[in-house]
Amino acid sequence: MIFQKEATMRDLIGGHYPYWCVLLLMGIGLWGMLMKRNLVKKLIGMTIFQSAIILFFIISAFKYGATVPILDKQLGVDDPTKYINPLPHTLMLTAIVVGVAIVGVGLALLILIYRRFHTVEEDVLIERMK
Amino acid sequence: MRHLPVFIPLIFFLGALLMALLPRRRTSLPHTLAVAATFGGWVFSILGLGTVIASGTIRYHLGGWQPPIGIELSLDALSAFMCAVVTTVSLLVLIHSKCVAANEHPGKAVPFYSATMLLIGGLLGIIVTADLFNLYVFLEISSLASYALVAIGDKRAPVSAFRYLILGTVGASFYLLGLGFIFIVTGSLNMADVASILPQITTTPPILIGVILMVIGIGVKMALFPLHGWLPDAYTYASSTSTALIAPIGTKVAAYVLIRLLFFVFEKDLVTIEIPVLKTIGYLGAAGIIAGSILAIAQHDLKRMLAYSSVAQISYIALGIGLGSTLGLIGAILHVLNHAFMKACLFLVSANFLTKLGHADISRLDNSVRLKMPWTAAAFTVAAISMIGLPPTAGFFSKWYLVIGSFEQSNWVFITVILVSSLLNAVYFFRVLEKIYLRSNEQKAEDKETTAFASSEAPASMLYPTLILSAGLLVLGLGNVFIVEHVIKLMIPPNL
Amino acid sequence: MEPTQTYNSLVPFWAILASLIAVPLILLSSKKPNVREFWTLIAALVKFALVLSLLPEVRAGKIAECTLLELSPQIGLSLKVDAFGIFFALIASGLWILTSIYSIGYMRGHHEKKQTRYFASFALSLSATIGVAFSANLLTFIVFYELLTLATYPLVIHSETKEAIRAGRQYLAYSLSAGLLLIAGAGWIYSATGSLDFQPGGILNSVNATPNAFRLVFLLFVVGVGVKAGIMPFHSWLPNAMVAPTPVSALLHAVAVVKSGVFGVIRVVGFVFGPELMTLHHLNLILGIFAGATIILASLIALQQDSLKRRLAYSTIGHLSYIVLGAALLSKDGFVGGIFHISTHAVMKITLFFCAGAIYVNTHRQKVSELDGIGKAMPWTMGAFAIGSLGLIGIPPINGFFSKWYLVMGSVQSGWWIALVVLLLSGLLNAAYFLPILHRAFFVKSDQFANYGEASPWMVVPLCTTALLAVVFGFFPNLFFGFFSLAQQITASVFNLNLAGGGQ
Repeated sequence: MIFQKEATMRDLIGGHYPYWCVLLLMGIGLWGMLMKRNLVKKLIGMTIFQSAIILFFIISAFKYGATVPILDKQLGVDDPTKYINPLPHTLMLTAIVVGVAIVGVGLALLILIYRRFHTVEEDVLIERMK
Repeated sequence: MRHLPVFIPLIFFLGALLMALLPRRRTSLPHTLAVAATFGGWVFSILGLGTVIASGTIRYHLGGWQPPIGIELSLDALSAFMCAVVTTVSLLVLIHSKCVAANEHPGKAVPFYSATMLLIGGLLGIIVTADLFNLYVFLEISSLASYALVAIGDKRAPVSAFRYLILGTVGASFYLLGLGFIFIVTGSLNMADVASILPQITTTPPILIGVILMVIGIGVKMALFPLHGWLPDAYTYASSTSTALIAPIGTKVAAYVLIRLLFFVFEKDLVTIEIPVLKTIGYLGAAGIIAGSILAIAQHDLKRMLAYSSVAQISYIALGIGLGSTLGLIGAILHVLNHAFMKACLFLVSANFLTKLGHADISRLDNSVRLKMPWTAAAFTVAAISMIGLPPTAGFFSKWYLVIGSFEQSNWVFITVILVSSLLNAVYFFRVLEKIYLRSNEQKAEDKETTAFASSEAPASMLYPTLILSAGLLVLGLGNVFIVEHVIKLMIPPNL
Repeated sequence: MEPTQTYNSLVPFWAILASLIAVPLILLSSKKPNVREFWTLIAALVKFALVLSLLPEVRAGKIAECTLLELSPQIGLSLKVDAFGIFFALIASGLWILTSIYSIGYMRGHHEKKQTRYFASFALSLSATIGVAFSANLLTFIVFYELLTLATYPLVIHSETKEAIRAGRQYLAYSLSAGLLLIAGAGWIYSATGSLDFQPGGILNSVNATPNAFRLVFLLFVVGVGVKAGIMPFHSWLPNAMVAPTPVSALLHAVAVVKSGVFGVIRVVGFVFGPELMTLHHLNLILGIFAGATIILASLIALQQDSLKRRLAYSTIGHLSYIVLGAALLSKDGFVGGIFHISTHAVMKITLFFCAGAIYVNTHRQKVSELDGIGKAMPWTMGAFAIGSLGLIGIPPINGFFSKWYLVMGSVQSGWWIALVVLLLSGLLNAAYFLPILHRAFFVKSDQFANYGEASPWMVVPLCTTALLAVVFGFFPNLFFGFFSLAQQITASVFNLNLAGGGQ
């Protein structure tokens, strides 16, 4: 839980610093998407945003000293409490694939836009679209 | 019968795959294949709806894995109904698309129809899945296909498609992020499982954040006011068939997801008392109805006007959801159906205008339209009357349920909004009707010579789908009680 | 009065359908005017015969009912032929026959364009009107009421001039807004009672709500039906809609459309709210003030109109409010008088409009000031005009006198002395705006009409018939159809009276 009542400020920051990093990444991504006038930069912003979400899932599955959920006595991983939940990782594999496809479509659109209007700057584009 | 939930989306994905294998020379084959696949999907959906009404929900465990672990598909009354709506409208639009595709983007039949197949398949996947993450995947499949479809259009289409892509991805990412929070707390992705876990645990900030993020994400996909920014450009510049496909069913499926989440996954207290999600959606809907209608009045291009009117109509559904009552939900679901028919009909009419007149500019329409395309004009009239919400067309009855639903809660704001918006709808539709029927084109007699040969009634493949949809509006209107009593009543969650 | 029985019958449905079936037939025979007009006349006759066939049952206290399909759970698209319904349906369908004959003369004499659309819309409007008359519940009423708006729109904009299109817009804006208020009101009643059926005596008696809620909802209804009924300040579409061809003004803007507004007022007063509730919350006062003000103001405005049709339109507005006032009085005689005035005013006002149309087609005069000496050229027409206008002023033995008499009695009964003053004053004002026309027509010497003769018999026969009817009904108010005893029957049911022998 992120905001438990008894948590002090130090816990809030120190105990959850990976989440704050994710939040920062998201902020950067959103800022790129909304504020940048260059369409390629918008796309980059979008990718950062997506990566932040992927990291968020991965971090949520992290546990100190835990390992892969494979029952193998030789490796010493026979204690189920030491398993990491593998589901977020597999989910994120799918999400990465989806993300790649979106970036692909986005780049294809950008190429099309560039061929038609010879620019990927938004303000110039708006001028030329009229 | 047991396999229906998986067949319904699968036939479209198969269609998309086969499309690539077709011989390139035969340009009519892709259309035939698309219609055939959609027809198959339609038959399955109708069968599914019949089975579900007769014998209850069909559950399907993919790969035989039991639900909380494996992915589950389920066809309950709500999803079977949505499948039927989506496939019916798609079937008619795709039949209609033959001439449009040849006219507006020749030589792109294969990619175009593959994308439509992926779009419909993705949407149906969203509808049948009972897994929250699976829903995200289907959401992105359908979105990717719709980005591509929007990009096939006039010169400016790729730009609007790019904007749509950015905003759509933000929406989907918000959904995914919210899902992450819910997953961390509940440890499950199955809808029924999450729904049973959530009431047992104390509501903590992560749950609330998750709910809010998911709703915002779906709100973007649904074009819920004020997250509708991507919609007008995307609808205006895309090819007529793309618009006629995305506008009636794309946003409706997002609305379905919202209904599914708010009424079937999250417990009622969570979305009403803990955070007033329903109320917020209702009031955003009310604002969207007014804003969308006013913006529609200001438009000159028929397609753009219809796009803004879509924003308003989606908001009716949002308003119905926001009521959070049986009547509100009946109104919302009925409006999903009615608006799918109305908007499809109107966009097909605008496609007929584009094909036959070469433009869909309201200020250039005149009574030659009525003389040369009497049936198209008649279909437009019926659909417009239904949009305004005059009895006995379908549009009246969904509004009627919303009005009595609002009265039930004495919500005078909603009542006023619904009634005022009817007037606003009347303003922008009668403006067009007046042009089509009354404005004489005598002042430009020399134009008449040139256009006289070019325009006559649209070909049968375009005309009949349009007419069927407009006749459907009357049938749906008069038969609304049958639909409500025998189909929609089954979908109302018991705790409402 | 014997207890009412109900029985199932599809006749009301067929009565609505009669003119609806005629619509495609009229459209199909657009190239052959004679065939087209044949369909119109046949539809009018069949419709009237069907409505008439229901009359004996109604007089015997039996009510024909049929539910076609459900519009909303528990609320059907239901038709019910009670005394009030058949009263209105008889007037509308009966006068449609005469109007059809007149239309043929008018449209051909005037070489109007788009006659097919005209006749088709007319048939559709009549279907909607009969639907309004036979509606068994509010939702059905709203359905037909909106249909009536749409069907009459093409008639208002018939000439397709800028003026007509503007009038059409105004008409739509007023009527559609009104329809929405009705829907809102119906929504409130549905959520309060779960029913929308018209019941004599009202359906809201058991509802718990604050007086102000009742007043608000009542106001919604008054405005909702008041727009079509021409209650001021919602009247201004009516004079502007006079750009329509005269038969439209005659039947629709003097009988069918405006009377369905008034019909709605009485339905709302007597069958939704009910006299008890109306008195309890002083709702009738609201209605009465609207009506009284309208009667006086409309008559005053009529005085200033030079256009004959506009003068008649304002006179219509005034007379419609007589009926509304009759309903607002909530006394037995007032109610009878109001309802009876529906029939008397219909017959007289249609005569006047027919005359105005005949004058226009024949001489192309539209203004009162241009009518000097026309009585000599068109004696039949102006004779009918004289009968109609004298009747509206309230001079016996023309039937207008009797409805006014009952209204006066009614206001005495309920002790509304102001209403009495309003009625008498408006009689004087009626005289003030009608008598100058007669004076000009008959007594001002002028030979400007020397070259004109009487209008075509297609027009003169209907207008003389209606004028004759006005006189005949004056002597025998119960002749043929028993309009007067129907009015009594309705009143008895609304006030739950045991009128011994009154219903016979």
